[in-house]
Amino acid sequence: MTSLTAKDKDNVRSFWAKVSGKAGDIGMDALARMLIVYPQTKTYFSHWKDLSPGSAPVKKHGITVMNGVGFAVEKIDDLKAGLLNLSELHAFTLRVDPANFKILSHNILVVLATMFPNDFTPEVHVSMDKFLAALALALSEKYR
Amino acid sequence: MVEWTDFERATIQDIFSKIDYDTVGPATLARCLVVYPWCQRYFGNFGNLYNAAAIKSNPMVAKHGTTILHGLDRAVKNMDDIKSTYAQLSELHSEKLHVDPDNFKLLTDCLTVVVAGQMGKDFTGEVQAAFQKFLAVVVSALGRQYH
Repeated sequence: MTSLTAKDKDNVRSFWAKVSGKAGDIGMDALARMLIVYPQTKTYFSHWKDLSPGSAPVKKHGITVMNGVGFAVEKIDDLKAGLLNLSELHAFTLRVDPANFKILSHNILVVLATMFPNDFTPEVHVSMDKFLAALALALSEKYR
Repeated sequence: MVEWTDFERATIQDIFSKIDYDTVGPATLARCLVVYPWCQRYFGNFGNLYNAAAIKSNPMVAKHGTTILHGLDRAVKNMDDIKSTYAQLSELHSEKLHVDPDNFKLLTDCLTVVVAGQMGKDFTGEVQAAFQKFLAVVVSALGRQYH
């Protein structure tokens, strides 16, 4: 949709600096929530033995995903170039329907609201929403 | 007809009995106008909406936020027939207010974020699922009379 302004990038960087210490917890919670609230997303994880919140695969994968988000924050000035490899991974190997990026983004925002209610102001919310949308777009780049 | 589990019924009643309408309502509408600024098109006579600070301190936004949230009361009390409960409200939003029904989802997403912020850890995945299901039914009912 819209590109990130300088203010957006500032908001994302400074908010990320505050929350990155809890990246693993955020990722795990967001992923667990997604599997509960949007059960159709479980179809991507039929190879996991345990899909419950707090389970080992959910925890591990939440960390992986959130590390990806942190990586994207560092590449915020050129997400398309910075996320090229990740895009190829999602396009050719994982083949995740890009509609699911929106779903996961929503759950990340909900978790940020529960964990950082005072810092997740409307201004930070809009910048993070835009950033995650731009991230999703960069991830979809190699799909077709 | 929508099927509700006991957990879902209890969760919805619980959430709405505990939230402070005068905090959550204004916070939700203000957040919606900041995060999805195109929604401001429906509030041309609300005065200063030029930036986040102005939106957050705008008394008309605050008052209307509370009004909207109380609009959900009837659905909370009539969970087994939200469709007919909101028939007139749906017509109002379509014929008089001309609100694009896609905006309903944007507002309920902001409500979810605000309630999540209020409830913190208590806003578990299961609670979120029940809350979002309720709001989805509300959104569907509000869009029903559009033609």
